[in-house]
Amino acid sequence: MNIVTSHVRTLIEKGIRFDGRKLDEYRKDVTVEYGISKKSAEGSARVKIGTTEVVAGVKFEVGKPYADTADQGSIIAGVELLPLSSSHYESGPPSIKAIELARAIVDRGIRESEAIDLKKLCIKKGEKSWTVLIDNYTINDAGNIADAIGLCAMAALKDARFPKYDEKAERVIYEERTDKKVPLNELPIPITVIKIGTQLVVDPSPDEEAAMDARLTVTTTSDGKVCAMQKGGAGTLTADDVAKVIELSLKKGKELRKLIEK
Amino acid sequence: MTKVLVEDKAIVVPGQVLADGMGFLPAGAAYRDNDKIIALQLGMVNISGRLIKLIPLKGLYVPKINDMILGTVEDITMTGWFVDYGGSKYAMLSGRNYGGRDDGRIDDLSTVLNNGDVISAQVFKVIKNNTVDLTMGGPGLRKLTNGRLITVSPPKVPRIIGKQGSMISMIKDATNCRIIVGQNGIIWIYGPDPEMEIVAIETIQKIEELAHTTGLTDLIKEFLEKRVGKKNVQ
Amino acid sequence: MYNERFDGRKSDETRPITAKVGIIPNAKGSAMFKIGNTVAMAAVYGPRILYPKFLKSPDKALLRCNYNMMSFSGSGERVRPGSSRRDREISHITEKALEPVLIVDDFPGSVVDVYIELLQTDAGTRCAGICAASMALAHAGFKMRGLVSAISVGVVGGKLVVDLNNQEEHHEEGHTDCPVGMIARTGEITLLQMDGFATPDQIKKMVESAKKACEQIEEIQRKALLEAYEVAK
Repeated sequence: MNIVTSHVRTLIEKGIRFDGRKLDEYRKDVTVEYGISKKSAEGSARVKIGTTEVVAGVKFEVGKPYADTADQGSIIAGVELLPLSSSHYESGPPSIKAIELARAIVDRGIRESEAIDLKKLCIKKGEKSWTVLIDNYTINDAGNIADAIGLCAMAALKDARFPKYDEKAERVIYEERTDKKVPLNELPIPITVIKIGTQLVVDPSPDEEAAMDARLTVTTTSDGKVCAMQKGGAGTLTADDVAKVIELSLKKGKELRKLIEK
Repeated sequence: MTKVLVEDKAIVVPGQVLADGMGFLPAGAAYRDNDKIIALQLGMVNISGRLIKLIPLKGLYVPKINDMILGTVEDITMTGWFVDYGGSKYAMLSGRNYGGRDDGRIDDLSTVLNNGDVISAQVFKVIKNNTVDLTMGGPGLRKLTNGRLITVSPPKVPRIIGKQGSMISMIKDATNCRIIVGQNGIIWIYGPDPEMEIVAIETIQKIEELAHTTGLTDLIKEFLEKRVGKKNVQ
Repeated sequence: MYNERFDGRKSDETRPITAKVGIIPNAKGSAMFKIGNTVAMAAVYGPRILYPKFLKSPDKALLRCNYNMMSFSGSGERVRPGSSRRDREISHITEKALEPVLIVDDFPGSVVDVYIELLQTDAGTRCAGICAASMALAHAGFKMRGLVSAISVGVVGGKLVVDLNNQEEHHEEGHTDCPVGMIARTGEITLLQMDGFATPDQIKKMVESAKKACEQIEEIQRKALLEAYEVAK
């Protein structure tokens, strides 16, 4: 074990973190900015948690719905861990970490909470429906990108406005944006808690992530329900840990949700 | 007639013309191109007498013989270890240069130093600026134990250490932390008190930020006093 | 005949520019360059160990640039992720635009990685990327012969213009688009490409206009680098 990880673990066992935060304390500066790419993206946002920074953008497309969901549109979520954001990432196709973030964090949260009523994305049953594409990128990875990405994806969806659709010409007119918002029923917020030794730690820094035994990201909704969970890390969690993480996720999720509720 | 085109303490960018004419001598990261003195790096100008010196604000560490540096063991071979010191290539520490005791006769070098171990070592040979040979045979050089590691910009290291170590000693005494500063900008910190570790790190980062300000020592002394109380700072 | 520009600019006027350095703390050097609606970010990592090894140069570091546009950065359809042929061509010419100024013989056998991402695009993307990358390299503390500034110049509907936006690039009366990169101080050209149709005389005038524009851009790049160190004084 390297000397920094060892030091992290010794201090965390005593409830002490390198930056002086409490174990269940989020970094103070969490900011959300909307429309960061408004000339091109139909919706966009930037989230910063301390010096961790991510951006997200929404694009709309029109296509034929799937046969078994003829009256619904669809959502496609993507995540790229840019080499720009950390010396740990390489260029190339998405790594498993990126895929996990796209599927288990962004996609599952939105889908399982039914945050978007897919039926409202239907244009003509069986023929035309909207696809909402949300792409997330890391700009600076200083720990806990999962939570930043989850929050940013929802902020970008909030910011999004449909482009005009010309039904006759069967063409999306991107140059003309309508006032129509993405119909959001819910704002699912993922919160990640890691386990180091016997302690649970919220909003981990890179040193803490490197020292972790296990990790649990829980996505919660505004009515206090859990809509997605994803465990990571080579270690184990007790049932008690899971209960505590859910409690923390509900609490912190509520706080973060306030930032994008209005 | 030499025309100096920048003020003392001006920040300049690469390619910027500092002086026109033969009346001044370039130093540091400034160089002469025909009759002009030009900046080679982003830096601060220091004009003293007939010398125009350019002090780089940020820099890439270029290893020099006798530098003490900190690094992490990345790989082990039959005869030595590869050490990552943040440079453009790994440095080499041969078993023979470990501590002088083993004469390279240890069969399994991983029993001495393993992957991931952090060491303080001395540069004893440099070829072509980035092929480095290290030794751990000198006093104080060793495998480091639990602690924190931070990275600072190499040009700031002399200010962090201070004249004859005065700056770093002030921080060590005020925070009661053990601190080892590598010339390559990697610094190890351990305090019995984790809160003092934070103070030490913030102080070092403050020096990095203000490195070329006049009266730096007083500014840092004041900064420390605010954090640990006046009586604890020499 | 194209008389007044779509956005009312003078023929030798660039769109408004903002630049900032140090936007990505993890990187050795980083910068943002915004010109009109085109926003480019650049981050520098290295010099560091190079893989694959066959790319190594024995006497200096290899400069490796990677240009990419975010999926939502285009004003039309979503851009599919992954490296297109255009991305790879631009990565290559970006390397060629920066190599002449970068002095990296202190680091033989290693690599300097420059990553460029476009957040929003409205023409002039490769030039914006080069401007950002140049600032990021200086910010990282590399030895350089100078900063590289880049701008597109061209002929639109018969009119010589500087800094074409997307509308101008698609002008129905024909256009000529010429990205130029140079060391503004010396006028040495490090990037030169052209798409279109122009007389030798027009090209001569275009290069002259490019130099003037690059001098202005270099001032902005310089100020951005200075701002990051105001505290040092």
